[in-house]
Amino acid sequence: MNLLDLVLLLPLVGFLAGLVLPRASEHLIRVSALVFSLVTFGVSVGLGFGVRAGEQFVTDVPWIRSPNIHYHVSVDGLSVWLIILSTFLTPICVAISWKYIQSRVKEFYAFLLLLELGLVGVFAAQDLFLFYVFWEISLVPMYFLIGIWGHERRIYAAVKFFLYTMAGSMLMLAAIIFLYNRTGTFDYPGLMEMLSSGRLSLSGGEQMLLFLAFFIAFAIKVPLFPLHTWLPDAHVEAPTAGSVMLASVMLKMGCYGLVRFCLPMFPGAARSCAPWIAVLAIIGIIYGALVAMVQPNMKKLVAYSSVSHLGFVVLGIFSFTQIGLDGAVYQMLNHGISTGALFILVGYLYERRHSLFIKDFGGVATPAPWLSAIFLVTTLASIGLPILNNFVGEFMVLQGSAQANYTWTVFAALGVILSACYMLWLYQRVFYGAAGQEVSSHVHDLSAREFAGIIPLVVMMVWMGVYSQSFLPPVSVADGRVLDQTKVNVRFQVKTPALKSQTAEVARVR
Amino acid sequence: MYASLVPTSAEMIRFLPELILTVVATLFMVLDPLLGRQSRHVYGHFSILALLGAMAAAVYVYRDPGAAFSGMLMVDGFATFFRVVVIGVGILTVLPSYRYLDREDAETGEYHALLLFSIVGQCVMVTANELIMIFIGLEISSIASYVLAGYLRDDRRANEAALKYFLLGSFATAFFLYGVALIYGMTGSTNLATVRRAILGGSLGSAPIFIGVAAALMFVGLGFKVSGAPFQIWAPDVYQGAPTPVAAFLSAGPKAAAFAIFLRIFLTAFQPIGPGWEPLVWVSALASMTLGNFAALTQSNIKRLLAYSSIAHAGYVLVALAARSNVGTAAAMFYMAAYAFMNIGAFAVVSHLSGKGERYLKVEDFAGLGAKQPGTAALLSIFLLSLIGVPLTGGFFGKFYIFKAALDSHLVWLTVLGLLNSAVAAYYYLRILVMMYMREPGEAASRIQPLTPGLRAALVLPALGTLVLGIFPGWVLDFAGRSSVFVR
Repeated sequence: MNLLDLVLLLPLVGFLAGLVLPRASEHLIRVSALVFSLVTFGVSVGLGFGVRAGEQFVTDVPWIRSPNIHYHVSVDGLSVWLIILSTFLTPICVAISWKYIQSRVKEFYAFLLLLELGLVGVFAAQDLFLFYVFWEISLVPMYFLIGIWGHERRIYAAVKFFLYTMAGSMLMLAAIIFLYNRTGTFDYPGLMEMLSSGRLSLSGGEQMLLFLAFFIAFAIKVPLFPLHTWLPDAHVEAPTAGSVMLASVMLKMGCYGLVRFCLPMFPGAARSCAPWIAVLAIIGIIYGALVAMVQPNMKKLVAYSSVSHLGFVVLGIFSFTQIGLDGAVYQMLNHGISTGALFILVGYLYERRHSLFIKDFGGVATPAPWLSAIFLVTTLASIGLPILNNFVGEFMVLQGSAQANYTWTVFAALGVILSACYMLWLYQRVFYGAAGQEVSSHVHDLSAREFAGIIPLVVMMVWMGVYSQSFLPPVSVADGRVLDQTKVNVRFQVKTPALKSQTAEVARVR
Repeated sequence: MYASLVPTSAEMIRFLPELILTVVATLFMVLDPLLGRQSRHVYGHFSILALLGAMAAAVYVYRDPGAAFSGMLMVDGFATFFRVVVIGVGILTVLPSYRYLDREDAETGEYHALLLFSIVGQCVMVTANELIMIFIGLEISSIASYVLAGYLRDDRRANEAALKYFLLGSFATAFFLYGVALIYGMTGSTNLATVRRAILGGSLGSAPIFIGVAAALMFVGLGFKVSGAPFQIWAPDVYQGAPTPVAAFLSAGPKAAAFAIFLRIFLTAFQPIGPGWEPLVWVSALASMTLGNFAALTQSNIKRLLAYSSIAHAGYVLVALAARSNVGTAAAMFYMAAYAFMNIGAFAVVSHLSGKGERYLKVEDFAGLGAKQPGTAALLSIFLLSLIGVPLTGGFFGKFYIFKAALDSHLVWLTVLGLLNSAVAAYYYLRILVMMYMREPGEAASRIQPLTPGLRAALVLPALGTLVLGIFPGWVLDFAGRSSVFVR
């Protein structure tokens, strides 16, 4: 039992504890959820230090003998920060829901911790089957979070969210079974080894179909244009905590899947699809930004801005450059922090004014100076102001895409400009001007609990913007490995199709 | 020769589960008029005891597997597995029946006797190694279930259900019997292994076409029993009209037994002409899944919804049959066990919620169940998630093994279409979840009675079963894998 197992076990225990605690003692349930999620976060920070020191925290025990399924988990530079992001945001979600969630408190916190388990599991799993299990498990609590505690159209949004993801993951399941029938293993490192040694070689057609099966599942989750239509509904209708977890972590499941599985396992197909995918990503960047600009609803605006930001991530991933990939992974974290913060702040505004419409606000800066100051910092982070986090990620992605194809960069950079437009315009309309009757009577400044919910995120924005070296080195190592794998295979396939027994080393020497 | 016609004691012991059930059921019939109506729960208690005894006997006789009665019965792993499943289905049917029969004021010995007889028939079906025995088992099981479907004599819908079930069922059995006759005419035997040898031997002259015809006729008969498309028409009406515990029973017990003989006949006797019947099963599987799932989307009556869902699930199992492999057989076995748990559990909740006279059967009637009775709602959620196929439930592993077997046999398109089908299916199960948790309590949920001990057991046991099959499927799957070899 190492630290990683503990990070997986604690939310599970918290979930079960939440189930057995009596329904009436709501305060106890909240405290228990907070304690479990904080302890989980504390333990997971240890993972960060460990990975920087080169540790992997591997656990590999058989779960089912036939078919051969293992509980195999480990972390590397790719997954560790995403795990910490999940465990970091969970206690924050507990804190911000403290007052807001008043009905069925027990279920709410139980589902939140179950969601945390699913998310950490997705990032930690090293067995394709286990990955799929966690992938689906994370779906169920989110479905309930949106459907029970959401806004008016919550049921529509919850069902749409579930069905979209389910349809995608069914294709992925078919691909996973296909790989198992070919190789007799679900083990991810084992599969990588087979691929690079040439013991598993997929024909061009097979590789393309498998790639697409995985890719569609992940692209729905990211979401990539034109598969994004579930996202605005789900984000807008979810309760604040749900929106935060959805935008900050769940979308990253898709991005992570692209880097972890699509690229290294099917490099040939990934490379030949890359131009198309990059174009879709760029359309997403510009389209998301333009649609965000005209939204009357703040939450919807932030949701569409996510479509735009995640376009950058996908563009970076499919640039096939070290810096582009590093930037994409870093941008996943940045988006998690800054969009999470935006949703929290919008949630604070909603709790005061009970409206999400921009027209109902105006002049908020007068009654709530702290709230508006923090909102400003977050806005600036989101549009990529230097010394704040998003700048680093976007810069690296654009640099990487420029190395791949300069035209992409020109169009993608438009997205940066547009994001400044819609975010600053939002800020202006909500916070400046004269405070109306409703605003001045209902909107007050942040309470201590609300500060506690948002300050950690602001700190992270500055830290990640100023000193990215705390995070990037392990990411680069992991990305380098992914890139190596894509090169090994491609060269291998192109240059020596006849000599299938050659090892990766030989291919690399060539 | 004649000596072998007298059953040895070992052979009688292999028939022990059926003997136990038959004796108890006959006793019920005799005692019913004598005891009158004073002893309400006695029959239920004794049914459970008899079923537990039969299950223990089924497990016990597996220590010494082999044939019985001149090779007419075959007690092997496969038979034992399905014996345990159908007897288990019986137990899970009796448990919610206590409350149901109390509520409808219809407790008689007859009900339990019929149930036991039906299970006897299914036990015979799954152990039979020979077409005539299969037919006899099929008839015992079917006739008892026709009567059970119309058990509530004064209910119009129940009468309609029984009549429909009986008429269509008789037709289907006749088709099956016609197939048996053709086989006997051509091969001179009804023993599955002998039939197989005759087909392989090629001594049939111009007969192969008739072997095909016989297989097709049996396919019609069995397709009806498992409610696979295009022979599924009866299922929604019968499930809707039959008393809810009976509907639960029909959707699991006879279906499991029918699948058992489906597998045994088609993978033993007709295994040599597999490439011929595979397309038939392929089409039927796809049609069942698609028709069941899409029709279920628009149902407002929960029993009809579950009926269409059961058609779709029959389609999944037919995929396993289309795989024509031992892996496929094992997958089908596992699926039937998982399906029995989750479907009976779901029906038990329906029976609990519907109230006297089964008034509350709309999907809308589940509104607010999550608030009024969180425990019941949570258990139903487990069943529904399992029916959707979410990991860590038996339904997921069942589906996983089936589609794995199908891909193993290169049924790529069937797999992809089947998996997409199960994404469609998620929608109508989610509707029930939406109702339970995301709507304000309606009349049905407000009037719901507390759980009785029988109902609690009828909900908790299948839920445990569903979760155990979902988290530790290894043991059951190993057993199914070892027992799935018909032809060595």
